[in-house]
Amino acid sequence: MDYTDLTALAPLIVTAFVAVLIVVVLSVRRVHRVVLGVTLVGLVLAGLSIMLAVPLAPRQVTVLLIIDSYSLFYFGLLLAAAVVVSLLAFSYLEQRRENREEFYVLLVIATVGAMVLVASNHFVSLFLGLEVLSIGIYGLIAYLRNTPFAVEAGIKYLILAGASSAFLVFGMALIYGQTGSMQFGAMAAKLSGDVHLGLVLPGLALMVTGVGFKLAVVPFHLWTPEVYQGAPTPVTAFIATVSKGGMLALLLRFFTEFEALDLGPILLAFALIAIASMLAGNLLALLENNVKRLLAYSSIAHVGYVLVAMLAGGGLAAEAVTFYLVAYFVSTLAAFGVVTVLSDRDREAEQIEDYRGLFWRRPWLAALLTVSLLSLAGIPLTAGFLGKFYVIAAGVGAAQWALVIVLVAGSAIGLFYYLRWVVVMFGQLPTSEAQWSWPRPQALWGGAGLALAALAVSILWLGVYPAHLSGLIQACIPG
Amino acid sequence: MILVWLIVILLVGGLLAWLLAGLAPSAARWISLLAIVVDLALALTLWQPSAVDVSTTGVWIAEVSAAWIPRFGIGLHLGIDGLSLLMVLLTLFIGILSVACSWTEIDKRVGFFHFNLMWVLAGVVGVFLALDLFLLYFFWELMLVPMYFLIGIWGHERRVYAAIKFFIFTQLSGLLMLVAIVGLVWIHHRATGQLTFDYTELLDTETTGTTGMLLMLGFFIAFAVKLPAVPFHTWLPDAHSQAPTAGSVILAALLLKTGAYGLIRFVVPLFPEAASTFAPVGMSLGVIGILYGAIMAFTQTDLKRLIAYTSVSHLGFVLLGVFAWNHLALQGVVMQMICHGLSTAALFIIAGAIYERTHTRDLDRLGGLWATVPRMGALGLFFAMASLGLPGLGNFVAEILVLIGVYKVSIALTVLATIGLVAATIYSLWLVHRTFHGPNERKWSLPDINRREALVLWVLVIGLVGLGLYPQPVLDAAEPALAHVLEPFKNR
Repeated sequence: MDYTDLTALAPLIVTAFVAVLIVVVLSVRRVHRVVLGVTLVGLVLAGLSIMLAVPLAPRQVTVLLIIDSYSLFYFGLLLAAAVVVSLLAFSYLEQRRENREEFYVLLVIATVGAMVLVASNHFVSLFLGLEVLSIGIYGLIAYLRNTPFAVEAGIKYLILAGASSAFLVFGMALIYGQTGSMQFGAMAAKLSGDVHLGLVLPGLALMVTGVGFKLAVVPFHLWTPEVYQGAPTPVTAFIATVSKGGMLALLLRFFTEFEALDLGPILLAFALIAIASMLAGNLLALLENNVKRLLAYSSIAHVGYVLVAMLAGGGLAAEAVTFYLVAYFVSTLAAFGVVTVLSDRDREAEQIEDYRGLFWRRPWLAALLTVSLLSLAGIPLTAGFLGKFYVIAAGVGAAQWALVIVLVAGSAIGLFYYLRWVVVMFGQLPTSEAQWSWPRPQALWGGAGLALAALAVSILWLGVYPAHLSGLIQACIPG
Repeated sequence: MILVWLIVILLVGGLLAWLLAGLAPSAARWISLLAIVVDLALALTLWQPSAVDVSTTGVWIAEVSAAWIPRFGIGLHLGIDGLSLLMVLLTLFIGILSVACSWTEIDKRVGFFHFNLMWVLAGVVGVFLALDLFLLYFFWELMLVPMYFLIGIWGHERRVYAAIKFFIFTQLSGLLMLVAIVGLVWIHHRATGQLTFDYTELLDTETTGTTGMLLMLGFFIAFAVKLPAVPFHTWLPDAHSQAPTAGSVILAALLLKTGAYGLIRFVVPLFPEAASTFAPVGMSLGVIGILYGAIMAFTQTDLKRLIAYTSVSHLGFVLLGVFAWNHLALQGVVMQMICHGLSTAALFIIAGAIYERTHTRDLDRLGGLWATVPRMGALGLFFAMASLGLPGLGNFVAEILVLIGVYKVSIALTVLATIGLVAATIYSLWLVHRTFHGPNERKWSLPDINRREALVLWVLVIGLVGLGLYPQPVLDAAEPALAHVLEPFKNR
């Protein structure tokens, strides 16, 4: 490992260093603002250091990590999401009694894990990244340890994630046993020579379990609504974006390098998972009156849509997945962002009824929430529409008609619950004073406001003029 | 560039109306009115006095094209020919009327109302101008969201149900169209190696057999839902009856026409083979719509629902005419799109005026209004006559042209469709009878139409009489466009 390798790894190193730095700062003095400042500056520097790595890409750093334009693109996306989550978390934590500052340590650690995940093309780094991500998230979910719900959700996630990791490791071991390699490309090369798949299929099946848990796809989705509901809202936003995004990026790389989709059973399994996720996610969301659970089910459906693009294969698939993820990131962060800033000391704004007449009380927040929900529903003028367009283009291009039809049906069902929420916001104001008083009119902290404004602009900009992003993705993502 | 301005003025006008409504509610109304009038003036500059020879000037009166999403060969391609120009003029004209007819009806959230109104209009104009299929879908959806708000916020008692139903029907069918668009583009890509969403390029795509039929159906369903064709019509009575007056007017006069326009501009030219195979089914659906709409209209007790079902019936003529696909029938379709727009808008405005005064749309509670509002009654009778196709008024010209055109294709369907005209007489007179005639049991005593309403309605009267007596300018204007779409069918 030489200087060039270190430069290529700069984004990862800087981010990891930020976590350490926060701990050091905390040992000197606990000031929430300072910790936030260190986190933000650190994450932004990490983002800037991507520029240092760009000229070196693609570069294999040790056998574990590959720094190519693909990893670097996702580094940028994950870091940006982490910045937004920190900004949203600040005012949320300010209102709470717990120690606030360690939150950022866990957040940054989890981000590092997700970054390792997207840069890995080796089983060891995959597992390493996944565990670092998961450990950060356990702590984050149960962060408000005085609320019983949060602890319950944290334990639930801990047990299930542990079990799913075990499946994953066992699957990896089986594949390693058959191929004698843990490097994606090398395994694929072995397999193309070896006609006997042997233990590879059982191994992949076990891995699907582990991966499916992290992605919260049907039938591994049962934890999602509880954890989404129990976790503090900024953390929910983090799980929905960074954790899932990192895993999807890894899966895409694995599929591409391992050529796993050439194996009939795996293709079929993922097609069934995609269909089940799109249908179950959207149908279950119909029954929800709790917006965090509603978004949980909707995120299950969205991963199903992403899988449609992924299964399409070919050059457009990777681009479609990436574009869809960017659109999903901005829309989801915006939706959870509004839920976060409306939550107050005593409770979170998680009931749909809490939003009644919001448009006439907090027009900007309601407008942003409307835009983000329309984006999640895939209505034009928003990023989500272009994402859906990419996915449909990929699916139709590969003649995956069954998947595309389910996607269309799922989107139509999805409209219903997104619109139900929008309708409530535009509904009549409650008449009695008691209902009026909640959510309490509280000033929006500037930082969160900035983050939300940036998200709103991104959603609309990507929806109206996506040429920049689509050009960047085309340049970064190998076909 | 003028085409871009046509849309931008509406969008910006809507934003300004919303922002400035804080100063005074009437500011939103005046700004909207001004923006639409300017737009209308701009569109009128494109009007060509007489039929021009397409071979020398090209089909498009004006055209603008720029790259938008180069990754997929999507361009910002707008074009206007006689047919689109007529539709744009109708849109802006109806736009003025809908601002005028909500002048006193809408007193809450005036700014946001006008924002939505203007953006619907922008979406509709965009659909009439789009020559890129992606752009078409974009505008198709752009008119959906504001319309949803118009119904959902300012509508009547079951507005949320109606708004969501409207949205889901249109969105689901729209997504099918999007899938069909992408499918068509990939087929074109495979054949030529060129990835493009441009309408003029895609026209040459060979679409045959089952694939062609499936793609055609994707387009057809989207437009048939908007039109609406039976059995895709069930959203319409709810949406029309629950929307505020301006919403009903725009829905009936404009949004339905985007479906008709889509059939003429996209479905048949893009899929000539599949469309001619499908024609008997399409025409039968048209006739079923005519008769079913008429029967349903007759059985309604809600004034606005009754008018809504007359739309189903009248738009059946459009479907019938489009799939007959000959010159006379298409001329009739164009006339029907315009005249139905005017007459139904007028009926909804009258229904809105009655509702504003009585707060009911229930025909059982109305009746005998002629004595108290004689001028409104007379105008109502006039528009009912227009709707039933009285000779001398525009709708007659339209329906007779369609019938003559269809006669060449299928005599049986012509006969059945003509029965629809008889039914139209019954429900139109029934409408007048239940509203204005009979005993005034509820002892209604209402103010007659005011100057603003009178102005709006008299403009429509003049329009319908004018179109009925001298329809030639409209036919001339549409001529090059119709000749162009009929061109490939000459040798069949």
